[in-house]
Amino acid sequence: MFMAISIIILVVMIIALIRAVLGPTLYDRILAVNVVGTKTVLLISVLSVTAGRGDMVDIALVYALINFISVIAVLRFFEYNKSQQTDSEGQ
Amino acid sequence: MKQYLSLTVILAVFWLINSGHYTPLLLGLGALSVLLILYVIKRMERVDGESEPSIVMSVYLPYYLFWLVIEIVKSNIDVVMRVWKGEEAISPTVFKVKASQKSDVCRVLYANSITMTPGTITLDIDGDTFEVHALSGDGKAGVMTGEMDRQVSKLES
Amino acid sequence: MDLFLNILSWTCLLTGGFLGITGAVGLFRFPDFFTRLHAASVTDTLSTILIVIGLMLQANSWMMIVKLLLVLLIITYTSPTSAHSLAKSALHTGLKPFLKDKENNNR
Repeated sequence: MFMAISIIILVVMIIALIRAVLGPTLYDRILAVNVVGTKTVLLISVLSVTAGRGDMVDIALVYALINFISVIAVLRFFEYNKSQQTDSEGQ
Repeated sequence: MKQYLSLTVILAVFWLINSGHYTPLLLGLGALSVLLILYVIKRMERVDGESEPSIVMSVYLPYYLFWLVIEIVKSNIDVVMRVWKGEEAISPTVFKVKASQKSDVCRVLYANSITMTPGTITLDIDGDTFEVHALSGDGKAGVMTGEMDRQVSKLES
Repeated sequence: MDLFLNILSWTCLLTGGFLGITGAVGLFRFPDFFTRLHAASVTDTLSTILIVIGLMLQANSWMMIVKLLLVLLIITYTSPTSAHSLAKSALHTGLKPFLKDKENNNR
């Protein structure tokens, strides 16, 4: 039964990855990667409950934090890039 | 000083919950890491009046969270129906809504609550005016009634 | 009692899985970025809440339950923030939301 829920989460991740490859705009891709990150946290939690080991949930916690920070950092980077481009075009 | 004290207590409790090993060596390392984080936060100068917002103490907070979860469940069911019905079931709209909260914390809480309920997303904040994107007319009507606004304002008093 | 907990936990897990699939399908069926954001928020909120609650009912120690609660808290705290910042920077770089009603187009 844990197998079934892991497979469901993996299917969701695959669909989101296809959207990340297809995605017409940059933001579609970031959104899809964000969904994959959230599902990875859930997958690690499911695996740790299956194994019955509490210390694997720590990895899920750290992954959730890194996922959030990386999404914000990537957005910052592209916004910064964009504003610099428009600046140099304006000059 | 009061803020640093409460921060220390919060960090220590967080470490104790997450550790699970209570030997003297590890407890010492935990105390060291708490001190290190306090030093880093002091260097960042991030401790001000809002580092322990008063809404945490509010008696309405559990009631508000319960109300929010029910709201999330309702709007989830609505969005799931629209996903399976397909593109003709949605009519995206963008509209503006006023927030009546005074403090920044409550305004952030209101904006995040709007984003958290599926079907509505806060696009932009300008002073006390939120620009909201809604998936359908129903979502727009739900925000425009101001029910959520009143619930968040209750936390402030 | 044990059977009851198991049934409750599997119901939560399967409903959460179904909502996850729905969100992923929504990522495909919706026409533009802002509407896809709504579909993704389904997978981020109720699906996550249900799956983690289902796992909490199956956990074998108190420490694990507390840690799973922390995972739930972190995900529900951070996902609205990242969704908002995605929407905001998409809007600021000039992505126009797809609008069906003509009367709403002149904003």
